[in-house]
Amino acid sequence: MTSLLSVSNLRVGFGRDPARNEIVKGVSFDLAAGETLAIVGESGSGKSVTALSINRLVDFGGGRIIGGSIKLTRADESILDITLAKEPMLEKIRGSEIGMIFQEPMTSLNPVLSIGTQIEESFRLHRGLTGRQAIAAAKDALDRVRIPDAARRLKYAPNQLSGGMLQRVMIATALACNPRLLIADEPTTALDVTVQAQIMALLGELKRETGMAMIFITHDIGLVAGIADKVMVMQAGQAVEQGALGEVLDRPQHPYTQHLLSAVPHFESGRAARTDFTRKEKETPALDVEGLVVRFKVKGGFFSRAQGSVHAVENVSFKLMPGETLAIVGESGSGKSTTARAILGLVRPTRGSFATHMGSIADATDPSVQMVFQNPYASLNPRLRVDSILAEPVIAGGGRVTAETREKMKALLKRVGLPEDSLDRYPHQFSGGQRQRLCIARALMLNPSVVVLDEAVSALDVSVQAKVLELLVDLQKEFGLAYLFVSHDMAVVERIAHRIAVLYAGQIVEIGDAASILSNPQHSYTKRLISAVPSIDRRNQRFEIDTRQVPSLVRPPGYEPPEAQWREFGPDHRARAEA
Amino acid sequence: MSYLARRLLTFPLVMLGVSILVFVAIRMVPGDAITAMLGTEAGLLTSAQRAALAAYFGIDQPILVQYWKWLLGVFQGDLGISVTHGKPVLSIILERFPLTLQLALMSMCVALAVGLPAGIFAATRNEKLSDLGVRIFAMIGQSTPNFVVGLLLIYALSAGFGVLPTMGEFTPFLTDPLRNLGQMILPAVTLGFAFAASVTRISRSAMLDVLSDDYVRTARSKGVPKMSVIWRHALPNALIPVVTLSGVEFGYLLGGAVLVEQIYALPGLGRLVLEAILQRDYALVQGCVLFIAFNFLVVNLLVDLLYVTLDPRIRLGEGG
Repeated sequence: MTSLLSVSNLRVGFGRDPARNEIVKGVSFDLAAGETLAIVGESGSGKSVTALSINRLVDFGGGRIIGGSIKLTRADESILDITLAKEPMLEKIRGSEIGMIFQEPMTSLNPVLSIGTQIEESFRLHRGLTGRQAIAAAKDALDRVRIPDAARRLKYAPNQLSGGMLQRVMIATALACNPRLLIADEPTTALDVTVQAQIMALLGELKRETGMAMIFITHDIGLVAGIADKVMVMQAGQAVEQGALGEVLDRPQHPYTQHLLSAVPHFESGRAARTDFTRKEKETPALDVEGLVVRFKVKGGFFSRAQGSVHAVENVSFKLMPGETLAIVGESGSGKSTTARAILGLVRPTRGSFATHMGSIADATDPSVQMVFQNPYASLNPRLRVDSILAEPVIAGGGRVTAETREKMKALLKRVGLPEDSLDRYPHQFSGGQRQRLCIARALMLNPSVVVLDEAVSALDVSVQAKVLELLVDLQKEFGLAYLFVSHDMAVVERIAHRIAVLYAGQIVEIGDAASILSNPQHSYTKRLISAVPSIDRRNQRFEIDTRQVPSLVRPPGYEPPEAQWREFGPDHRARAEA
Repeated sequence: MSYLARRLLTFPLVMLGVSILVFVAIRMVPGDAITAMLGTEAGLLTSAQRAALAAYFGIDQPILVQYWKWLLGVFQGDLGISVTHGKPVLSIILERFPLTLQLALMSMCVALAVGLPAGIFAATRNEKLSDLGVRIFAMIGQSTPNFVVGLLLIYALSAGFGVLPTMGEFTPFLTDPLRNLGQMILPAVTLGFAFAASVTRISRSAMLDVLSDDYVRTARSKGVPKMSVIWRHALPNALIPVVTLSGVEFGYLLGGAVLVEQIYALPGLGRLVLEAILQRDYALVQGCVLFIAFNFLVVNLLVDLLYVTLDPRIRLGEGG
């Protein structure tokens, strides 16, 4: 096999003085035609910069290649060093020989151009097609990525398609001219798990069909197993380990690779579920939610009359015991975050009641329920010092900041593992994981009995994620906290949940103890969700390609869903009967 | 009901509000049409003479009655008679408006022709010397009063090149296009100067934002040449703020440009309003303000419609 791409000792720097601000510090690898290399690393490891250097897009982001070579064997067997190539040459290679897809399909397509126009552009540029020929080629490209009804979809603007569909469009665009190398930079990170499985399946199939080589960048080592031939692990701008897939996953040599592999929560079909809690039915629940309904009116027409409602949450009921974790899992649009927000009073419920051990919740100021949000970078006010941030819940609850409060702050900071001098610092002086610890400390300031964790570890790197989860479990035991853990990540859920409620289209479709649901899912949606979880044990597995869309939640005014029929599958495991 | 129809329905409401405001405001200014005409000699009038004059000017009745009569007239397309010109207000306005419209259009053309390319150019050379040059130029353009620009232009042309701007009686475009353009080009450049500076600044910053967007990176990854990236992928996305700004500025210009009209001796809407206010020509002031407000509403509507064609994500008239 001849090498398609040969990168040696690549060094890339940023800013006015790139040599002093090196992000990629001497990376080398070879890629043969048709081969897939996965580059794995945490945020800031330089994996994306490495990828962007290969088609020199890094130039536009303020980066500069300061050393090494990137030798590409072109279709006519000539060898080109991309580090030395001039811009007109690079424009010829981009799209025709090297295609690329990105992390955020929602923002990676031009919002003002139809998707047809954007796909056609590649054919116009590199194949010289025009008019009808270009349109026909674009339609074929959409067919290739299995988008149903391609001819009509060509005229759509990007905002008319879902994230999964848009990523297919991106792939269609990138593959339009049959590039011999596809760079995929975290192509599924922004997508739901079942959609992720679809995109991975599609990439796998297209790879077999076209024989292209691929560089697949991801922070999720679990995804790598499904697609890669070779793996390269990056840390702080260096490749710390590389080798064949099996070698790296089964016999990791470098301590960082070992650490990454052990930090990744492996999904074990319920075998790793927590067993440190047993429900006593007679106990008063820490949180009792009964018949929660949240609807948002859809307005339109001359006088903005209600034309229907989005039934975001439909008749959700559950009991959360002290010391217990209930995970609410589901995909975007399933109503899981809306449920969490309604419980905190951040969204006004249409119907339903909540009760804590302090009685029914009248408004949002009940101090016994607190929340930790997904994005620790955005959920702390950058202009407030940590002591002010921690004082906020106390003040909001009508209390005063006393010496005692300050003692409590210090104790909590110590408990969540932050240095004591943190009180005088600002949020930007902390890392992502530390910030999430701050958010946890803030939630605990008022001694709540229930903490709602809305995707609380999703934005964190895996190794940080594991530590924050550990902290959460410790705090739960220490303070007898009840957690409502909202997440889309089944592997994380398995680590922290005692019970699981699966939400689909606003309704609970399955609820019960974690081990039972994860090992023996009953509802078809739960099955789909679990089979989509990537795992390092599933090597080069094929997924069925499925283009079903989530049903619309908009209903006409006055619509009431039919009464749910439940089937019991164990002492604490029931699922909604399907039509 | 369509968005357009709903918007058009709000027009009379806005204009009713505007008319009440003007009606009251102009009458709150000390002095009236009689004192404006006669000055201190107004004190010498006998009460009979004063009453006769007041009746002539139509200011002898209570303000509500005056307003009601005027409003009835407006509904019949009659904006009243100007006491100083002795002609119907509408015909005076329509006489002056073509010049103002032409001036506004020409200065907007100047502004867009200079400002847009300059802003785009500066954005693609972010932080380089040429970018700095454009930014300094824009800063000067925005902070120089337009009468200074006008006077400097006249001075430079006459002293430097011996060319004088075409003066004399204003010639409408249709009568003699060449002579008309000769008269209009300098005022248009004068007004367009500051306008161009704002367009430069806003298109530069909008373009800078857009150039770091993900879809621009995607376009580059497809091998789209640099010029295409800028004009085809980035520019349409950067146009919204430029359109907003141009709409507002254009709306203002349709209300007349008093200083520039004065410097170049142009009989535009701006000077008409100014004179009407000084003369306490109530009917003319009311008519002009109503007319200007109407133009503003039309321009805003056009801007909104333009948004829709520029960006498919914007759908008018949805939501509450």
